[in-house]
Amino acid sequence: MTRKKRRMYILGLALLGLGTATALTLSAFEENIVFFFSPSDLVSNPPGDRSVRLGGLVEEGSIQKLDGGMTIAFRVTDTVQTVPVTYTGVLPDLFREGQGVIAEGKLADGVFQAREVLARHDETYMPPEVADALKRAGEFRPEPPGRAVYAPEAE
Amino acid sequence: MIPEIGHYALVLALLLAIVQSSVPMIGAARGNAAWMELGRTAAYGQLLMVGTAFAALTYAYVVSDFSVLNVVQNSHSAKPMLYKVSGVWGNHEGSLVLWVLMLALFGAAVAWFGGNLPPSLKARVLGVQGMIGVGFLIFMLATSNPFIRVFPVPADGNDLNPLLQDPGLAFHPPFLYLGYVGFSLAFSFAAAALIEGRVDPAWGRWVRPWTLVAWSSLTLGIGMGSWWAYYELGWGGWWFWDPVENASLLPWLAGTALLHSAIVVEKRDALKTWTVLLAILTFTLSLVGTFLVRSGVLTSVHAFAVDPERGVAILILLLLATGGGLLLYAMRASSLKVGGLFAPVSREGALVLNNLLLSVACAVVLIGTLYPLLLDSMTGQKISVGAPFFNATFVPLMIPLVAVMAVGPLLAWKRGDLAGALGRLKFAALVTVVCVLWALYINGVKPVMALVGIAMAAWAFFGAVAELADRVKLFRIPLGQSWDRAKGLPRGAWGTTLSHAGLGIAIAGMVGTSAWLTEDIRVMNIGDTASVAGYEFTLEKVESGRVDNYTTETGTFLVSSGGDFVARLHPEQRWYPVARMETTEAAIHTTFYSDLYAVLGDRSEQGEGWVVRIYHHPLVPWIWFGAIVMVLGGLVSLSDRRFRLGVPVRRAAKAPAAAAQPAE
Repeated sequence: MTRKKRRMYILGLALLGLGTATALTLSAFEENIVFFFSPSDLVSNPPGDRSVRLGGLVEEGSIQKLDGGMTIAFRVTDTVQTVPVTYTGVLPDLFREGQGVIAEGKLADGVFQAREVLARHDETYMPPEVADALKRAGEFRPEPPGRAVYAPEAE
Repeated sequence: MIPEIGHYALVLALLLAIVQSSVPMIGAARGNAAWMELGRTAAYGQLLMVGTAFAALTYAYVVSDFSVLNVVQNSHSAKPMLYKVSGVWGNHEGSLVLWVLMLALFGAAVAWFGGNLPPSLKARVLGVQGMIGVGFLIFMLATSNPFIRVFPVPADGNDLNPLLQDPGLAFHPPFLYLGYVGFSLAFSFAAAALIEGRVDPAWGRWVRPWTLVAWSSLTLGIGMGSWWAYYELGWGGWWFWDPVENASLLPWLAGTALLHSAIVVEKRDALKTWTVLLAILTFTLSLVGTFLVRSGVLTSVHAFAVDPERGVAILILLLLATGGGLLLYAMRASSLKVGGLFAPVSREGALVLNNLLLSVACAVVLIGTLYPLLLDSMTGQKISVGAPFFNATFVPLMIPLVAVMAVGPLLAWKRGDLAGALGRLKFAALVTVVCVLWALYINGVKPVMALVGIAMAAWAFFGAVAELADRVKLFRIPLGQSWDRAKGLPRGAWGTTLSHAGLGIAIAGMVGTSAWLTEDIRVMNIGDTASVAGYEFTLEKVESGRVDNYTTETGTFLVSSGGDFVARLHPEQRWYPVARMETTEAAIHTTFYSDLYAVLGDRSEQGEGWVVRIYHHPLVPWIWFGAIVMVLGGLVSLSDRRFRLGVPVRRAAKAPAAAAQPAE
């Protein structure tokens, strides 16, 4: 019987652990999932007070610095709609006009207040969500202009 | 010419891998010693060939041979030599060559050190290792050949992403890969054991050192990556729950569980089927890690190699390896004999609990990492799961894990005495309470979780110390005798103590910087002083300069505390003209208790002064110090002579009587 008993103990523990983990996971999912919006989505279907991710291109000529450079204001566009964004804090090294960007934050009075800004970390990298948002808006250039990547002829 | 030699060597390596994956297997099934021996020769040959290919690619980088496409895309003639070399694995194709090189290295290591393995088991391990090699070499030659030439030859290259031009990152991928690929051996041993239909304590003793090598490398690799993220990305964070970080954490969690369950196999001949399954899963998760990072399915700060077609190919490889392993498991696991009995409160019981908690934590991280991808592919709905989710799920699982960690080593095998073990932890409990009170006194009750975290850190550290003290009967017998006992302890025991204490140190660092970080962003002019966490930072000057392949603006901060000089910090802004990219180099002054961390930002709008960020990170150096201590623990364990001597001799198996082994 002891072998059976031991197996029951282990099984009970395993189920308890799994149950706890499932409960934890589900409740955490409930609170912490962040949905992704393109500027068009954000304008047509505002998320209210939820924290969301906004992705698109940083509009050319839209970057401004406020209060002496501490706060950055810029506009994110998918070439159809444009959303103004403000952000206080650390911009990633690759944050630049005309490039893909993802901002996480809330929409308040028509301005997207970003808590976090992620920019692509490579010349040839476009976040999939951003590419997708641009595709849906019918404007997607796989390569940024101004720098041809050397590629051999198609085989 | 050299690239062609490398290319040719890869093709030869593939042929050798095909031989290695078939002939020894057939030899083991038929009991043909010569065929089994061929596995060793093929493994050495494969290492030689892949080594040649890797050397050829490295040579192309070193001499900046721009007729090779891979070099054009990832290197530049003006790059410092260190980054020309590390550029070899700073991209998809090159990192794959490194991956396969590690694979061949482990295969050759089994051939070399496996003298005391039964010939049939060794042949099968090498065979499975060869199969993995075949898969990856075909993948490389078909979709990611690093030796493709380009005509006409361009004048110069595209340069390596400047963020990757950093000593911390130059050596991060090799160690990470050594860890990932090291688990391939655990997989090969598991598959070979399933084919043989036999797992016994000797098997556990053979698997453990290899698992230790992989685990130590992976720990070091993850530690280096986290350190790089902390100082190079300039955001002052050491862990972002980024999918790519999670991809390396998954095999680490599974590998840690494997390390512990293999002990039970070796010492008590129990948990065998579970250990075999865990070995298969750990390597699977290593492949998942490779897949996630290399296929570009993630939005991530690390995704510098993006190519969906390759992703599909890696996915097919992943399914073949996992599917094959699990199918073998499903068919053969029932043939393994059930192991020994033990009571729930015993060292085995504690190790089972360790495995349960680590597996569940692994599952939670896996779900949080993959769920957004699944949802996207099913419904097109895009979501992201961030740090709050992981903190809410992962941390509560770690608390009982650490609580048990201090008690487990003090329990006896088979039937433990919980009250006795806790009694011997009285001192550790007392010190833990003192540490928590001290944290309360310094920082107040602010985040309650921080106090729980400090309790965990102290409990892990002093629990490990208490266990060692108990083993040498410290203060219960004369000190000299205690010293003699300490010298006589097996190194495995020291390894346990070191690794567990190291985890305690690392937890303290994680808690310190997460809970009590001070952050300050402001605009500063030359001569301005900012006061952060009791330190005065004065901006003395900002100078421009020019280095190898970039230009710089370097600030100088004078840091003082209560009028006393502390340090001068030199944060930089770099501009890489070739890659047309800016990077921010933080300046860090490390003391025993904390890091002072300064970053020079852009010039402010009015042209008067710079945007400056200053952080005070309490205890943060302990994260990496703790990681180093954990790695040391792994290495000390690895040097345990029990892994080399006195391996229990297998009783003659029902395997066919192999012909006499050739003299060595």
